[in-house]
Amino acid sequence: MQRIGVFVCHCGSNIAATVDVKKVVEMVKTEPGVIHAEDYQYMCSEAGQAKIIEAVKEHKLNGLVVCSCSPRMHEATFRKCAERAGINPYMVEIANIREHCSWIHKDMDEATEKAVILARAAIAKVNLNAPLQAGESGVVKRALVIGGGIAGIQTALDIADAGFPVDIVEKEPSIGGRMSQLDKTFPTLDCSACILTPKMVEAAAHPNITIHTYSEVENVSGFVGNFTVEIRKKARSIDMDKCTGCGLCQEKCPMKKTPSEFNRGLGNRSAIYTPFAQAIPNVPVIDRNACLKFKTGKCGICSTVCAAGAIDYTQVDTMVTEKYGAIVVATGFDMIKLDKYDEYAYSQSKDVITSLELERVMNAAGPTKGHLERLSDGKAPKEIVFIQCVGSRCADGRGKGYCSKICCMYTAKHAMLIRDKYPDVNVTVFYIDVRTPGKNFDEFYRRAVENYGVNYVKGQVGKVIPQPDGKLLVQGVDLIDNKQILKEADMVVLAAAIEPNPDVRKIATMLTASIDNDNFLTEAHAKLRPVESPTAGIFLSGVCQGPKDIPETVAQAGAAAVKAIGLLAKDKLMTNPCTAKSDELLCNGCSKCANVCPYGAISYEVKEINDHGIRETRRVAQVNNALCQGCGACTVACPSGAMDLQGFSNRQIIAEVDAICR
Amino acid sequence: MQKIVERAKELLADGTVNRVLGWKKGDMCFNPEPAFFETAEDLDENFVYGGFCGANLSKYMIDASKLEGKTLVLLKPCDTYSFNQLINEHRVDREKAYIIGVGCKGKLNIETIKQSGVKGILNITENGDMLNIETLYGNTEMKYSDALLERCHVCKGKEHKIYDELIGESQDTSDRERFAEVEKIEKMSPEEKFAFFQKELSKCIRCNACRNVCPACSCRKCVFDSTKFDSSQKANTDSFEEKMFHIIRAFHVAGRCTDCGECSRVCPQGIPLHLFNRKFIKDINEFYGEYQAGADVDAKGPLTEYTFGDCEPSIVKERG
Repeated sequence: MQRIGVFVCHCGSNIAATVDVKKVVEMVKTEPGVIHAEDYQYMCSEAGQAKIIEAVKEHKLNGLVVCSCSPRMHEATFRKCAERAGINPYMVEIANIREHCSWIHKDMDEATEKAVILARAAIAKVNLNAPLQAGESGVVKRALVIGGGIAGIQTALDIADAGFPVDIVEKEPSIGGRMSQLDKTFPTLDCSACILTPKMVEAAAHPNITIHTYSEVENVSGFVGNFTVEIRKKARSIDMDKCTGCGLCQEKCPMKKTPSEFNRGLGNRSAIYTPFAQAIPNVPVIDRNACLKFKTGKCGICSTVCAAGAIDYTQVDTMVTEKYGAIVVATGFDMIKLDKYDEYAYSQSKDVITSLELERVMNAAGPTKGHLERLSDGKAPKEIVFIQCVGSRCADGRGKGYCSKICCMYTAKHAMLIRDKYPDVNVTVFYIDVRTPGKNFDEFYRRAVENYGVNYVKGQVGKVIPQPDGKLLVQGVDLIDNKQILKEADMVVLAAAIEPNPDVRKIATMLTASIDNDNFLTEAHAKLRPVESPTAGIFLSGVCQGPKDIPETVAQAGAAAVKAIGLLAKDKLMTNPCTAKSDELLCNGCSKCANVCPYGAISYEVKEINDHGIRETRRVAQVNNALCQGCGACTVACPSGAMDLQGFSNRQIIAEVDAICR
Repeated sequence: MQKIVERAKELLADGTVNRVLGWKKGDMCFNPEPAFFETAEDLDENFVYGGFCGANLSKYMIDASKLEGKTLVLLKPCDTYSFNQLINEHRVDREKAYIIGVGCKGKLNIETIKQSGVKGILNITENGDMLNIETLYGNTEMKYSDALLERCHVCKGKEHKIYDELIGESQDTSDRERFAEVEKIEKMSPEEKFAFFQKELSKCIRCNACRNVCPACSCRKCVFDSTKFDSSQKANTDSFEEKMFHIIRAFHVAGRCTDCGECSRVCPQGIPLHLFNRKFIKDINEFYGEYQAGADVDAKGPLTEYTFGDCEPSIVKERG
């Protein structure tokens, strides 16, 4: 039997206002193994911890139960406290009577009853706890950044500057991401390419950065400090070492009618292409679905004109396997599909475009060479209507519940740029709210309204109807004047919601990093650990974690880099001693545990087993404690119950359940 | 049958195998039992192979794999799935087995014959598509196909999945929808389901026959026998059988059960135990795609393999 001390925290009034802490102390005193119980206002404070240490000494305690906040907050604190008191840190259990109890109950009697039950469960577990010793594991001093947009580039640069090698994996033929598609950036209106390109060049030239473009992460194994990642480098059909980037192949390619992804399908590209002029690396790829050589076997012009002899039609995908200590996810976003919003006639009229498409239209390198024109007939528009929140803040389930955050600002930017360059064009913006928190953001929006005469209408648009004469009839409502608006427009621009890159689900699964209902990666703590995934060693950079503009993205990218550097700077990590253990007397050697182990920690050995005097040579499972991360998958896969998790054994968990159900 | 005996004697004589795992005559014509034979004489005298040789011999190969030399094992087409599954789980040694795939035209269920009103059975002989039944009260006959085991109505087909040689012809006897009964139960209200299973499982006398015969239940030490687990129980002292035992067993074999039907065949109380396993199989098929345990000796199995195509937990939750 253990000698257990129970310490009930008031957490100021957080717990004590809803839970009768004195009663909890009284109730748990009679539980098996409990020698001592007391309450205190702030158990985590110096004074509180001193009380614990004192009680351990006075009552010769060897197990502790702290009834307090979530173990995610202070389990480490109390484990260290136990160590100072001379007890093994794994003899401490936390009963979460704050998040799981006081914060969610209003009735004091109910909350107190539940607090007692949670304490009993923890006491039942401590009664079966055994001291555990943490081991050590090394750290591979190399980081992986998944995604080569501004977030990924910034994170990689910061990690590389700190002296650690970084690999960027980008699935497109060039790094640059969404930012490379933008024309100007708010709130300063400087050209996106002008500020992004130097960063791209810096990343490419950095001795510590390796860039894998046209590549995807295929498999991830391992754990914090020791990830093994398989990267698929898709066949580019170009020898990157030989190509000089002269561009002749693209000029001569006969297949020039392929929709350009970079221009959002508004313009065309050749089958052999670099997505944009400043692409890094400046090495084209052959789109095998569009290339005549791959489709019919005839052509081969690019190969003929290439003076460097860089074209290689026989290239195949290659796999690169690399070890990393830390992984940063920077997979970014895309615009939502608008098929559920056809009241805005996006599929019916070429003159209804998304804001990102407008960026391409306004860009000098875009499909119209920067001239603002209707894509249907090339005429200059006179009336432009912007519709905000298309799929954002959506309550009817068609779109996203969240605010996409960047649309108010980029629409103000678009409106201002149009009014500046084409003062004869009328611009109307339909909005629900204009949200402009951020340094110099509201001033920017006020300028659009006050200096540039942009017509902001509070209200939503119900329908856009293409007219026989090519105009667009916009039916909207002005909520301030309380009247219906019918407006003929030449162009309609939709501020479509942004959503995480669809690939993130696959990547999150590989990384065992959790994602929310909207596919944004979740942070370890919304306020206090915003750039870390709950999965150790995985960090979050940019919009993959939530909607952000460029300044915020760059700030978060730096923060993610700092966290990754903090990890890479360590030589050793303490390993979790709560690892799986196989009972050789029960093990069938069936391999089910090895099948489910995500860390490859289980192997098999044929050895002689002495089962109470009966000797038999057979196949049994062995757990490598350095690799095991204590996920417990093997314990539930094991048909005979031979696998058990130290610190979370089946007996301990059943004891907790029994204590709760008593 | 004679061909099998002749071939077995040859293999014993030339030293290919050290013993034969087959069926020997029982005290009645309808209860032959699994047995090892080490001599030609023993084979001549006691070996039998007929309609009542339903027993799946795969599981006996776990112990036979530890014996000196090879064992000749006779497997019907559906037994080979169990054997493959046991290879997959490293429970039997393929190298220690010489497998003769024997022909099967469906196996007989004595309970079905008795339930048809036949009493005082003295002998049953197979006569083509018919069974001639001698009883204390005279002779009668019955169609072979009317006396089949439940599992034979949902036969997996006549193909042996693993063998060294084949003797005899097999027949696909399936004539029922495999999941029809499960679907019927799925449509019941929770109260009806509870009443149904309580009625069936309250018959359980905890003889452990289902567990002992089950090729998937091959743990060295069963959790129900181990004091290490709180589930160690004596028979029928409380409602454990009704509420837990068979459910736990179904969970333990989920994804590994080949639906061989031995549990229902051997249950002295006639509990349709296969329904639990078949519900799991149906769910697995729906959630993870069609899967037949033992069809592929190298398969990881849907419950111990994670793929991007796996259904989301929410779907499992919605479906209940």
